[in-house]
Parts: sequence; structure tokens; C-alpha cells
Amino acid sequence: METLRFELDAPTPASGTRKLALVGVVASGNLEVLLERDAPPQRCIIEVNTAAHGFKSLWDAVVADFAARRAVGGLHISINDGGARPDTVSLRLAQGVRLIEEKEG
Amino acid sequence: MKDWNSRKKARDERIAIGSIHATGKVVEKDNLVEFLGNVIRSGDRVCIEGDNQKQADVLAKALASLDPARVHDLHMVQSGIVLPEHLDIFEKGIAKRLDFSYSGPQSARIANLLFGGKIELGAVHTYLELFARYFIDLTPNVALIAAVSADRHGNLYTGPNTEDTPTVVEATSYGNGLVIAQVGEIVDKLPRIDIPGDLVHFVVDAQKPFYVEPLFTRDPAAITEAQILTAMLAIKGLYAPYGVKRLNHGIGFNTAAIELLLPTFGERLGLKGKVCTQFALNPHPTLIPAIEAGWVEQIHSFGSEVGMDDYLRARSDIFFTGPDGSLRSNRALCQTAGLYACDMFIGSTLQIDLNGHSSTVTESRIAGFGGAPNMGSDPRGRRHPSEPWLKAGAEADPDSPAPLRRGRKLVVQIGETFGEGNTPLFVEKLAALELAEKLNLPLAPVMVYADDTTHIVTEEGIANLLLCRDKDEREQAIRGIAGFSEIGRQRDAKMVERLRGRKVIQRPEDLGIDPLDADRRLLAARSIKDLMLASGGLYQPPSKFRNW
Repeated sequence: METLRFELDAPTPASGTRKLALVGVVASGNLEVLLERDAPPQRCIIEVNTAAHGFKSLWDAVVADFAARRAVGGLHISINDGGARPDTVSLRLAQGVRLIEEKEG
Repeated sequence: MKDWNSRKKARDERIAIGSIHATGKVVEKDNLVEFLGNVIRSGDRVCIEGDNQKQADVLAKALASLDPARVHDLHMVQSGIVLPEHLDIFEKGIAKRLDFSYSGPQSARIANLLFGGKIELGAVHTYLELFARYFIDLTPNVALIAAVSADRHGNLYTGPNTEDTPTVVEATSYGNGLVIAQVGEIVDKLPRIDIPGDLVHFVVDAQKPFYVEPLFTRDPAAITEAQILTAMLAIKGLYAPYGVKRLNHGIGFNTAAIELLLPTFGERLGLKGKVCTQFALNPHPTLIPAIEAGWVEQIHSFGSEVGMDDYLRARSDIFFTGPDGSLRSNRALCQTAGLYACDMFIGSTLQIDLNGHSSTVTESRIAGFGGAPNMGSDPRGRRHPSEPWLKAGAEADPDSPAPLRRGRKLVVQIGETFGEGNTPLFVEKLAALELAEKLNLPLAPVMVYADDTTHIVTEEGIANLLLCRDKDEREQAIRGIAGFSEIGRQRDAKMVERLRGRKVIQRPEDLGIDPLDADRRLLAARSIKDLMLASGGLYQPPSKFRNW
């Protein structure tokens, strides 16, 4: 396993009131994404546990694009990656933000 | 004195020699190889019937058993290089030259034989193009065809998989060539006559049905959420705004996802009756839920699909059926329908370059074209207007006066930015070009040319190439939906945002598509079994797709 940690500027706070959101599954070619609201405001922390080594620059690009496109301030995101392709990673991250944006209950 | 009927005489001679091995028109299977050796001559142009679906497999095997010392230098003119025997004849020296269209399962071996000089390649065609040449400069001397059954007069019943047979027989028989049919059985009375017996010279009782590949069956269980996202983009970003009613779908998983989203996502958007009402399409099992929900009015098919025959028989309002009740397919006519009477082609590919050219050729595989370049091209001879055709034409050329402006067919390539084995969809240089250089071909095997391609859909968004005004815009529109591939990461981010402002690029969020909807629960069927149930048990999936 390789563990990667990214801390990104995120000027717009994540909306909604849900405390956490979980999307996806840990399976080959898939990934599980847990989102919590315990990062500093205006920051987004992303931690990746991945079985596939040597893709740091690709993860850099994926998470930077994600933080630039979406309102993710204050989110702490943990990823268990089963070797998902970047398109699947992007989709799961987008789904996670959509889910945590929803109103609690 | 010039003999104006030499070809007819030559055929009469072959019929006389062949008759030694036959009882009337019927050749016993045991005599087949000897028979073929006598009626086929070195240098003949020969068509073994077979495409991406049905195969004259028994005749192909017999041809490959001929003695190359006796029969050699054949020029094969056929739709498909699919069975091992189709290439064995080149390896053995029975055949030398090849004009074909499709080579799916033999794509790696055909590449090897081309590199090794065992095959002299004429050209790779679309189906319709090769059929056209059967009537002009590639008329077969001998056609080896396949039918379900025959009577003693040589009348043939081709059943739901009629496919290429009428075209091959028309060219060969009226062109003074010899027509030999393999049939599953010989009967006294046929269910219907698809080919009249006076065009058929010999019939071989193969004592088993011809082989058919279930190429158009896509298991919904294998559809990914990224593919569902591309399908939602296509439905909401293309089908809805253009109002695409008449179309053809490729065979990939993205278009299977579109078919399975019509009764759910499409229904929610209120599109029923407004899109996808008429198709030029094989009977895709994944279309069953949309048909059952009343989306589709009419479908004409190139061929049938394994397991669908009872369903088609029970839905004769939708499908073309004969007096016996079973499907009548016809590849040449359906290809013509796809070219002239459809407003959209949408399909997947393996590589797209920065101009928008696309190809399924890789370094070691030559898959051929089949029908895609025909359906995936703008027919310059089209003259009838339709809403999507006029709208696309106006987008491409806003300044011309409307009555003199050509419309445009929507030609859409759809896929994820990374394909199987993490191979990027977008490339700097097509493998097709490298292949053309290596084999010294005058023309690279490009599936869909850039100037025919109107849109590209990936999970990152839709690029509308009709709205691009120069080469730079086109390149950035493509880079702008190329995701995290090398091509995508080298985009000019500012220009991409400007293109997005002009709706040259549309992202899921621009179209109001919720990523949470990209969920397998949105598919109207999630397994082959679901499809069977949706058909009321009429669809009988082949055993390789049954996992319950």
C-alpha cells in the first residue's frame, strides 16, 4: 500500500449539513470515499490509501482539479483505492461532495 | 467472332462438372471438398459469406481443405475475416489477395499475415462499400453462402439472419458466377423463400445450423458508472436538444447504457416519443426495456441476434418480419437506411486524435470497419430535411442562407477517457497512421474521419465540434474533455473555459446532471436475467450469458 496526503486551498466552504458521507466500495477498479467536516475552513485534506504505486502525479492532477471545480472547504476526505481509473475517481469524488451537500436526515 | 457469353459458358461448364458430385442440386457433405476443388479455379474471385454475425462455416472449412497445388491465388472478396479458416487459406497459399470489411476476432492474426506478406491487401471497406464493388469491379466468380434450409430446387430460407445473402447472391448469380449454399437441412416446403432457387446452383446439406456470433449482446452487469455518466450526457446534452428520433447505436457499453437509461432517466426528462423512435439497429437485447416501455416505433436490422428470435416474432409492429413470422434482416438495405435515413450515429472507438479522427486499429490489431464508417459519415447525397439535421447544419455554418445550407448528420464518438487496461482514448498520433506507414498503404484505416465527427462525449463532458471555428478551437475542445490523460492535462485551461462559455464544451454540471444519478440502480435492467424477465421470457439468452 502507498499512502498519499494532499492539503489544498479551498476558499468556498462545502454546503449542506451532513456530518459525513460515504460513497463507493473497495473493489478492484473501484474506490471508497469517506468525507468528513473536520478539516480547517478554506482547506481540503485528501488522504489516499492505494494499492497502485507510482501514480502520485496523476493523483496530484485529479485532486487539484477536484478542489478547483467544487466547493470543498473544510472537508477531510479519505480514499481507499482499489486501483480505480482517474475517471472513476473523479466521479466518486463528485458524488461524495453531492452527498454531503444534502440536508441531514 | 467475339464470344459475348463466355462467362455464362464458363459457369455452365462448372455446373456440369459440379453435377458429377451432386444429386440434382444437392451435394453430400462427404463429397464437399472434392466438389469444391472441381468448381473453383485458381485466380477466382471468391466470396465466403460471413460478417460480424452469421458464418458459412462448413464451406469455409472445406475451402481451407483444398490442395493449394490445385487451387491457388484466389482473390477473397468478403465482408468478414472471422473464422480461423478465413486466414488458413492465406497461410496455405490457397488464397493470395484480400478485399474485406471486418475482422474482429482475427484482428491480431490478420495483422501478422499482412506484415509477413502472406496477404496482398486490396482495401479495408465498409460493408456497403464492399457490396457496391460486388456490382462494379469485384463481382465474385464463386459465392459460398449460408442459409437455414433449402428445398430440392435450391430455394433458400435464410431466416432471421438473412444479412448479406441477398446482396451476395444478386451480384454473383446475375454476374454469371456460381452460387453454392450450405444449409442446416433440406426440407420439402420452406417457411418462406428468401432466395429463389434459380439463382442458386448447388446446395450442401451441412446437417447443422450455420454459426452465429452473439456480437450485439452486452451484459448490463458489466456497465460501469462512468459509462452511465457518458450515457446521461448523451441523452440530456445531445438527444434532447437536437430531438434525435432516427438513429443507429454502436455496440459498445456506453450505447448499451443509453438504451437502458431511456425508460428511467429519459422518462424523467419527458423524452418519450421525442427521441429514439426509429432505429437502424440489430435487435440489441439491451433495447428490450425501452421497447416494452413504448419508446420505440420501428427498427430495421442488419442481422438478427442470438436468442432474440421469439421476441422479434412477438413484436412484429416494431420489427420487419416475413410471412412465416420471423425477422427479415438485410445488411445492405439497413446500411443504406443508416446512411440516408438516420440523423445520428453514436458509437465507441479505441483512439481519437487531436483533429477528431478515430480508429479501432492498434499496433498489433486490424479490426476492420464493418458498418461504422458508413453510418458514421455525413451523406453528401442526402436531400430530405429533418430537425436535427438542419440544426446541426446551422451550427456548423451559421452564415449561409438556410435554403442553400446543407444539414449535417450527427456523428458522435462516446467513451471514457481511459479504456481497457488504462489505455488512453485520446492520442497524439493514431496507430492507424503508423500501420499505414509500416505497410506502405496509400490510405490509413481511419474509422470515422474528423470532418464527419460532430461531437465527442466522455465522462468529463461533450465537445461540440460543429461550433469550433478553427483548428485551435477544435484541438482545445478535444483536450477539454480528455480528462486526466496526457492529452487532457496539456490543455489550455483558459481557452477551454472560453469554449465552455460558448457551449462548445458542456460539463455534467452545465447540463444539470447530478453525479449521484450515475448509479447502476438507474439502469432499467442490471443483468441479462433482467432483460429476459423484461421480455416476458421471450428473449432466450445464449448459454455463455447465463450465470444464474
